[in-house]
Amino acid sequence: MHIPDGYLGPATYSGMFALMVPFWGAASWRLNRTLKTRQVPYLALGAAFSFVIMMFNIPILGGTTGHATGATLIAILLGPWAAVISVSVALIIQALLFGDGGITAIGANCFNMAVAGVFAGYGVYRLIAAYSTVMSRRRLIAGAVAAYVGLNVSAVIAAVQLGIQPMLEKSATGQPLYAPFPLSVTLPAIALEHLLLFGFVEAAVTALVIRYFQKNDPGMLG
Amino acid sequence: MNTTKKLWIGIGILLLLSPLGLIIPKYFGSGGAWGEWGLDKIEEMVGFVPEGMKRLAETWKAPMTNYAVPGQGTGFVSGGLGYILAGIIGIAATVGVVYLITKLLFRRSGSSENKK
Repeated sequence: MHIPDGYLGPATYSGMFALMVPFWGAASWRLNRTLKTRQVPYLALGAAFSFVIMMFNIPILGGTTGHATGATLIAILLGPWAAVISVSVALIIQALLFGDGGITAIGANCFNMAVAGVFAGYGVYRLIAAYSTVMSRRRLIAGAVAAYVGLNVSAVIAAVQLGIQPMLEKSATGQPLYAPFPLSVTLPAIALEHLLLFGFVEAAVTALVIRYFQKNDPGMLG
Repeated sequence: MNTTKKLWIGIGILLLLSPLGLIIPKYFGSGGAWGEWGLDKIEEMVGFVPEGMKRLAETWKAPMTNYAVPGQGTGFVSGGLGYILAGIIGIAATVGVVYLITKLLFRRSGSSENKK
């Protein structure tokens, strides 16, 4: 889901950067107000977790690979704005140092995984977990369902960004200038693999870590 | 042991296991992620490389493309070790940037408090 350089045309990638500016600004503003010095190590841990979990590429037999992002989990544990910052930092380092995701696509990739995935996952979690106790099974299920939804929201938005390129960016002769596949190709390809496999991996990872905190440090879930 | 220390150990264990994310896909004959192909693969699939894509694809040359450390071997063991080392570098950079951001945020909030 890390869109490389060259797949999105200037209209899309600059639009996504413009869209990210207020989110990065709001996240900094929120952290500035609410972050306590003792929480900084958790923010660093969240970013490190997001980075390392994305290194676990999961294969589809003879096909493509995908991975979890940790976005919903971090939002549950540290709050959505802290998750925006930690996942964004992981994505920017991945692009700069490892060529995983393009430089021009940083805005788009951060919006998909660090904003859309975070808030979709966090919203679903709050909805399902509402009024449940910290140790309850409902919390666990809420985390799993939320993570599944969060990752799929990220994936579908990425598929739409890729799929609209042939409509937006054409040469004089009608050839696509950037990502060449239409929505009818990108949507089923990306959505299906996340709905059928990668979403469940994200859900399992999230539920496992929530279970860990329920047992060892329930204060983090309160 | 406090919670953060335990969680860092968890990150360390994940790092050591991370080559699985490299080896298992290879074992199953899986390529990269959908829609993250190189230009040669695009040409193979579409028959040509879109003009703008060719231009933009050269925007940035990352120092450790595909999480491979410069000069590492391509064998099973060195590939895995290189992947772990790239992970360590990446996590160190990530943590460094997070601390830098929080430092800047705290300095800003500190100065605004002084004004009051």
